[in-house]
Amino acid sequence: MNKTIKYKIKEKTLLFMSFLLVAVLVIYSCETDETQTVATFSNLVMQDEFDVDGAPNSAIWNYDIGDGTANGLPAGWGNNELQYYTDRPENVTVQNGVLIITAKEEQFQGSSYTSARLLTKGNFEQTYGRFEARIKLPNGKGIWPAFWILGDDSNGTEIWPQIGEIDIMEYVGDEPTTVFGTVHGPGYSGGESISKSYELEGDRFDAGFHIFGIEWGPDYINWYVDGDLYSQITPEDVPGEWVFNRGPFHIILNMAVGGALPGAPNDETVFPQTMLVDYVRVYKQ
Amino acid sequence: MMETSGRLEHTYILTLENKTKMKNIKLTYIKLTFFLGCVFALVLSCDRELSDEATFATFPTTAEVFIDAPVGLTDQFFRSFDPAAGANTSGFGVDNNTFYEGTTSIRIDVPSSNDPNGNFIGGVFEDRGAGRNLTGYDALTFWAQGTTSGTIAVGFGTDFDTLEGEPSYDVATSVQMTSGWKKYVIPIPDASKLIQETGMFFFAAGGFDPLGDGPNGNEIAWTFWIDELKFEKLGTVSQPRPIIFNGQNIAQQTFTGSEINIVSQGLSIKYDVAGENIEVSGAPAYFNFVSSNTDVAIVNQFGIANVIGEGATEITAELTGVEAEGSLTVTSSGALPLAPVPMRPAANVKSIYSDAYTVVTESSFNPGFGGSTTEVTEVGPPGQLVQVYANNNFTGIIFNNPVDATTLTHMHVDIYTEEPGTNINIQIRDVGANGEIETNIFTGFPDGDDKDKRFDATGLTVGAWTSIDIPLDGDLATQRNNLGALILAGGPDFILDNIYFYKE
Repeated sequence: MNKTIKYKIKEKTLLFMSFLLVAVLVIYSCETDETQTVATFSNLVMQDEFDVDGAPNSAIWNYDIGDGTANGLPAGWGNNELQYYTDRPENVTVQNGVLIITAKEEQFQGSSYTSARLLTKGNFEQTYGRFEARIKLPNGKGIWPAFWILGDDSNGTEIWPQIGEIDIMEYVGDEPTTVFGTVHGPGYSGGESISKSYELEGDRFDAGFHIFGIEWGPDYINWYVDGDLYSQITPEDVPGEWVFNRGPFHIILNMAVGGALPGAPNDETVFPQTMLVDYVRVYKQ
Repeated sequence: MMETSGRLEHTYILTLENKTKMKNIKLTYIKLTFFLGCVFALVLSCDRELSDEATFATFPTTAEVFIDAPVGLTDQFFRSFDPAAGANTSGFGVDNNTFYEGTTSIRIDVPSSNDPNGNFIGGVFEDRGAGRNLTGYDALTFWAQGTTSGTIAVGFGTDFDTLEGEPSYDVATSVQMTSGWKKYVIPIPDASKLIQETGMFFFAAGGFDPLGDGPNGNEIAWTFWIDELKFEKLGTVSQPRPIIFNGQNIAQQTFTGSEINIVSQGLSIKYDVAGENIEVSGAPAYFNFVSSNTDVAIVNQFGIANVIGEGATEITAELTGVEAEGSLTVTSSGALPLAPVPMRPAANVKSIYSDAYTVVTESSFNPGFGGSTTEVTEVGPPGQLVQVYANNNFTGIIFNNPVDATTLTHMHVDIYTEEPGTNINIQIRDVGANGEIETNIFTGFPDGDDKDKRFDATGLTVGAWTSIDIPLDGDLATQRNNLGALILAGGPDFILDNIYFYKE
């Protein structure tokens, strides 16, 4: 008799459990509905999900190599950065569905660090759109990863900052809770650029993946992180010419070491550092 | 009975399947996990036999330690370190006038270094129940301010009632007070281990040194306040960076039967909390120690490596799956040969350390001289004990009672070393009538009524015992009735046995 009763209780529990699971499903879907609308462009025109192991897809990505001198910049990419960019698998590879950019501490071609900088110049360029990537960031003093887009230089006839630069996400590794979105143009570049930061509450950008994006149209650029729209910059916000109603712009993903913005790495900085990119997606309206 | 059990097992599996399915549709959500946890507990609770085995006892997850009053602490609230060891118990209280938030804070009046009631204050707060489940938190936090920029030691995981042999999860760090309220964060190294923690808070503080001239008795009294003391899930604490052996890859030559204390050579963990660097010392119970060759050495949960065989092994550690910086390569040359057995008649001997003779006085082999890096361990089976010195810069053997060697002529010591070029400076110190070791801080030579004889033990045979007999001459020729200490400088790695004074 006892046994039977026990078993029946068991069945009821199972039912109750199923009910609970359904309830949880409902709660979950409710919460996603409450998400802020951060982007409206939904026509996907380019994506790299980094699903094939090995070197990144060469139909999309090129590399900047070296310390900047080959690109006509002072050594350090114009920012006193310390790394030498390579396209070696040690510095850039795709594994397990993510793009891995690795900054290493090593003597290489006269530099003390190596890292990688990928760009879509010549492969994918676009005026306006929604540019989005899902990234897990590195940490440590002197580590400076970025996801950004740069205007076309009309075969070298125009120069930065006239060509325009939109930093979708920048971050310094000793402030692991903060990212910032920035525009550089004539009269508002470098230290005078127009920027706004976004601070994560109760979490860190190096502890997990987060979505960083902009939605860019005529006379406006909106920045978002995950479900939060946190900044809008329009021609009224910049003290110079609005150089973003022209194009096209190409995408850059990189991790710098040192430089004017983050400062040099210190004893607490651990190497190697990795920046993991789950996907890059671009939409049109 | 059998049938019931069978059914239950089925239920159990079904639950797991459900869990797996949920995962597959990527509903990874904290609330969901929590619900599943509840459901799982419910299912299990239906069967007594299984639940007794499979359900962990759960302890309260109370986060607060002190807000405006102690929360869930023992009636004693503050449990001081031993007053017999100098702890001052009169400076602890609550303050209704100064606080960060609410109505009160903890006020601690730190005594000056010459306070007759004790020259430091410190102790612990303990949970009044069986302990708390802190697995959901990543740090202990509090707000504090001080009347000076004094530094205090703070932490958690210390319970004075923890029995020897039980793991202790203590964590400590030192923080500097400021004149305004500031929030302090002590990261929890591995919260998953804190399922029943009773050590809620620990602090210790001594007098403030306004001249910054080191501990010399001129430290003044000062006060600091602590408020809003609680465990938190901050989310801004970085991955731990565990460090052993101060981050160095070191090597040590030893022999079978010896012990190496990994903890005493430093277990620390670095974090950044929202970008600010914090370093804590963590108990060995947080670490997982690994010996690459367990036929040579094994490491227990207290961080003690026991050398059990001949060969080489690398000792490393990890914390929450993160490999610690630093390692120790141990090379064991097998069993230590026995020191030569002393043959002198006991009547002609006053022994300090030997299995062959009764000692004339007990001695301290760990005097804790400031700046000393020396590790001393006594090793060996009964009757074959030796004193193993590692990383010696300078240390001493302090006799509990002075030895009158007026009628004696020599000191004997047996020294073993594995390292070519090992030289030890042995200083036999007569402490004079006042019984105090007095050393000129500029010259290092005896001061006051002290005298000594210095002897360099050089040319030691490697891998064997060298017997040394030092004549009690020089300054000791006329004063050796109050021999009080042996000072040992250099080495740095050697083993001593059979230390005694004798006459020819």
